[in-house]
Amino acid sequence: MTTDILPAKVKRGDASDGGASLGSRLSRIDGPAKITGAARYALEHHLEGLCHAVIVQSTIGAGRIGVIDTTAADAAPGVLMVLTPDRIMPLKSATTWLDTPGPEGPYLALTNVINFMGQHIAAVVAETFEQATAAAALVKVYYEETDAIATYDDPRSGEGMALDHLAVSWGEAEAALAEAPVRIEATYRTPREYNVPIEPHGLVAQWSGDKLTVWEPSQWINGMSRTYAEWFGVPYENVRLVSPFIGGGFGSKAFALAHGAIAACAAKMLDRPVKLALTRPQTFTAFGGRPATRQTLKLGATEEGKLLSIVQTGANETSVDGVWGEPLASVTALMYATPHLAARQTVVPVNTVLPSALRAPGENPSAFGIECAIDELSYEVGIDPVAIRLRNYAEEDPHAKKPWSTRQLREAYEAGAKAFGWEKRKPEPRSMRDGHHLIGWGVAAGTYPVRRTAGEAMVGLFADGRAEVASSGIDMGQGTYTILAQTAADAIGLPVDQVEVKLGDSALPGAPVAGGSQLANLMTGAVHKAALAARDELIGLAISDPNSPFRALQANTLSVADGVISSPRGGEEVTIAELMRRLGRDKIEVLRDTLPETNNSAAEKHKTYTTITRMRSPTEGDYSLHAWCVHFIEVRVDEDFGTVRVSRVVSALDSGRLYNPKLAESQWKGGIIMGIGQALLEEGLVDRRKGRVINNNLGDYLIATNADIPDIEVISVGVPDFHASVLGGKAVGELGIVGVAPAIANAVYHATGKRIRDLPITLEKLID
Amino acid sequence: MRDFDYARPASLAEARRFAAEPGAMLLAGGTTLLDLAKCGVAAPVKVIDITHLEGLDAITFGAAGVHIGALAKMSHVAADAAIRENFPAVSEALWQAASAQLRNMATIGGNLLQRTRCAYFRDPLAFPACNKRDPGSGCAALGGITRNHAVLGTSKVCIATNPGDLAVVLSAFDAVVHLGERRIATDDFFLLPGMTPEREHALEPGEVITAVTIPASAAARRSTYLKVRDRQSYEFAAASAAVGMELEPDGKTIRDLRVALGGVATKPWRARDVEKALIGKPLEPEAVREASLLAMTGAAAQGDNHYKIDLAPRVVTRAIMKVGGLA
Ligand SMILES: Cc1cc2nc3c(=O)[nH]c(=O)nc-3n(C[C@H](O)[C@H](O)[C@H](O)COP(=O)(O)OP(=O)(O)OC[C@H]3O[C@@H](n4cnc5c(N)ncnc54)[C@H](O)[C@@H]3O)c2cc1C
Ligand code: SF4
Repeated sequence: MTTDILPAKVKRGDASDGGASLGSRLSRIDGPAKITGAARYALEHHLEGLCHAVIVQSTIGAGRIGVIDTTAADAAPGVLMVLTPDRIMPLKSATTWLDTPGPEGPYLALTNVINFMGQHIAAVVAETFEQATAAAALVKVYYEETDAIATYDDPRSGEGMALDHLAVSWGEAEAALAEAPVRIEATYRTPREYNVPIEPHGLVAQWSGDKLTVWEPSQWINGMSRTYAEWFGVPYENVRLVSPFIGGGFGSKAFALAHGAIAACAAKMLDRPVKLALTRPQTFTAFGGRPATRQTLKLGATEEGKLLSIVQTGANETSVDGVWGEPLASVTALMYATPHLAARQTVVPVNTVLPSALRAPGENPSAFGIECAIDELSYEVGIDPVAIRLRNYAEEDPHAKKPWSTRQLREAYEAGAKAFGWEKRKPEPRSMRDGHHLIGWGVAAGTYPVRRTAGEAMVGLFADGRAEVASSGIDMGQGTYTILAQTAADAIGLPVDQVEVKLGDSALPGAPVAGGSQLANLMTGAVHKAALAARDELIGLAISDPNSPFRALQANTLSVADGVISSPRGGEEVTIAELMRRLGRDKIEVLRDTLPETNNSAAEKHKTYTTITRMRSPTEGDYSLHAWCVHFIEVRVDEDFGTVRVSRVVSALDSGRLYNPKLAESQWKGGIIMGIGQALLEEGLVDRRKGRVINNNLGDYLIATNADIPDIEVISVGVPDFHASVLGGKAVGELGIVGVAPAIANAVYHATGKRIRDLPITLEKLID
Repeated sequence: MRDFDYARPASLAEARRFAAEPGAMLLAGGTTLLDLAKCGVAAPVKVIDITHLEGLDAITFGAAGVHIGALAKMSHVAADAAIRENFPAVSEALWQAASAQLRNMATIGGNLLQRTRCAYFRDPLAFPACNKRDPGSGCAALGGITRNHAVLGTSKVCIATNPGDLAVVLSAFDAVVHLGERRIATDDFFLLPGMTPEREHALEPGEVITAVTIPASAAARRSTYLKVRDRQSYEFAAASAAVGMELEPDGKTIRDLRVALGGVATKPWRARDVEKALIGKPLEPEAVREASLLAMTGAAAQGDNHYKIDLAPRVVTRAIMKVGGLA
């Protein structure tokens, strides 16, 4: 599908180039274990003497606890301990992910001061889960309640605080806007959205002396281990965090959270292993999802639709005790060539849990604004929505003023439009229908930066000829196990089924956060390096060892393919296993990292893996590095009912080289599916009197079901980008969701002539 | 969740005896009961498991109609060929309800007694005021988020929607709820909240639903259940309509019409005014549209749910046109 728009000589870096395992559509190697139930998730660990903790959350939105009466709970059957703010162990304050000191200590995982509805205020530990649950219901709390400010729509929340580091500007945006012949202005809003991974949050914690072992789903083994270690004042090495399988995270499993501290405290205080699982409703306030956002965009343009100026003001909700900035200008300041731009934003504190990362934080709501606004402009000036985007195509990064490393966005428009049949679109809104259905075709682009941190990997070769890759990097379903096996197989010269991959354990070589869509690129880089080194060591021995059959050949190089070593000079062909036997080795093991050789001390590694300070920005260096995509979406809107159904999706995406197209496509499709839910269904409904999210369960917080999802066609238009990463890949995991919601909103406008600027697009917004 | 006793009665008679004890609750599929126990709304003293009682899950057809045992599973009834033939609206309502997993567990008897999805009802710790849960305590929904609340049959103490789908169809086709010997018309089985929202149906302590019977009719054979919602599956109705129609031999004049609404009222809402306005008249789009508006007589919005007043008549119209072959 794409070959006809790309010159035939372009190497795609996948299996179409021939040969290697990397780039082939290998199915996930962890799949069988997951399907058969053999894969053991954190909460499935049953230890000798395990007891169970159940959390009690506040039922007011602001104020303080007057009295907690635990008399009945203490006396309930099986209860071992009731933790309250007064009884919990004070911990040390832990360093933040930015490597700055945490708030002044001590850190109390339970506090008497209530800042939001659903804050943890007590925990009951009992012999069984049922006993703990029953006793938790007996904890009586008397509050001194104060007025909660539930959302930033409450006028008392004010304008918020400016986040200067998120402000962007070039040129004279206001003046250029004032002079522009065409101007549009609109405000776009996204509600609170939640990660809702199907595996809920929880952990099993066990102390042995001053050593802590934690089984907990984690997107960041090393970062979370550090937090646990600092909380309890034990050496980093004393914490073992184990997380081989993760049932989805979407950004919500990167940090050690209060419930983790509570479980580890309980385990220490009782000197018994403790399991703590949050209930689904508790997950809505145990950590934050994407904050509510609003942004006003003013576009100034020529009559021909060429942008002259963009002025953006934005705000997002944060908590009263912390700042989460959702960067609303991240796409606004990147997507289009505009001579003038000014964007600033505030955060508005309200009584909520601190918001956090949800798939493509920043890019996602930012794209909703600019990609709807450019669509509005296209109608204003009477230009096709694809044409106006190409007219304003940014030939270089308009903010950093650096060339793109690669930007196959034009190719994406071309391939996507062709596969979708965009040229058949009638430009007028409400001009396409089928019975009761108004049909609309919408388009929107998306982007996600290439983030880069160093990593390391251990690669071993064993006497049986098999190889092993080990890293604390994780696989939450995105395919790390599989692509690292493919990487090592190619580098060593082994069939991929001869490579075993071990992940998700702090005892293994370190890795930075599986976030920002960086892990695949950085880990393939590290594994590639380590595997080549292992192979070199093997060949070195084969050439030099007196017992090697190759010794006599006097070869200075050998080749390894399919697990067999041979010499270009002919002679014997020997399997790796056979060679290892003759060498008398039971293993060859090498550890390699991708830190700069001038700065790879143990301390530097620790910082690299446990903070995000060593993550390089997409514009550090000579190029601006980003992944790109375009979504073409058809909706059918029932004219009487206002119900929107997505009936067709064609997306063309540039993630650079795909290490495994099958898995990359799954990631893209997963993002698109989540985007459909975001556009049409997802919304945390906040009761304005109490600050309670009242749809805090999967029956009422609506995510897309299979029935909501049509066939999705994804087209890869990427080419290997070796500025972006060692093996040529760019961002995958978070790219797909960016731009889906605006494409749907734009399609709804095309179908109905109604511009819905606040998500989700539910039926009542379309009937009147 | 609290501690409770558990009993497995050997007979229906024993089940009734247990059910008469204070704080006793029957357990069928458990999809409502366990859910509400987890949110702290249901706190049974004794759980009476009737799932193993024999002879209560049959679907039997006779000349008069169908007899569906109270323990028949939603999924079995939805898939039954004779149900689909004679009562398509029943099958459609069931397969559009809940999720596949829930339908495989849930029973017809339990389905009739499912509770409202009013978020304030389901959250006693954060919202102590709920007249349905705790008579006289107030109503937290008033002034709160009311997108899913009722516009019909509300009272000043409770505006909670009855969320069930099947019961809407049962109401349209004059089904009868069997409590052993005692029989009650569906319409009388469900009660309006009035000043006693805690009392949702006519079941007395110690009574067990044994079956539901639906009289056969030409209108039931030509029926549909139209459910409108944002999510295409696994969501309660924003508005729904059960409609059945019989035409005169001229193929145009409406001889019999049944209309009931779901998702908009405090009980399954038979819309007799709509039926009366159209019976004897020719099936014509404009007349249908006009008559459908009568379904909203007396409707009162609460703030977030005003759209239901616009939406519901459109759903009725479409459903009538659909069974009439015009949509
Ligand atoms: C997330 C979710 C979504 C849902 N979506 C829908 C939907 O879209 N549409 C819809 O219609 N329903 C929906 N439901 C409700 C579902 O259909 C009901 O929970 C189910 O039908 C109840 O049947 P059960 O056998 O599991 O009842 P149980 O939970 O066993 O019982 C329910 C109640 O009835 C009583 N009871 C049970 N059997 C008898 C009997 N024979 N005689 C007297 N009393 C009895 C019990 O004591 C209990 O009070 C949903 C439920 C959930 C949890
Ligand atoms: S509407 Fe009814 S069920 Fe809901 S809170 Fe009010 S009284 Fe309770």
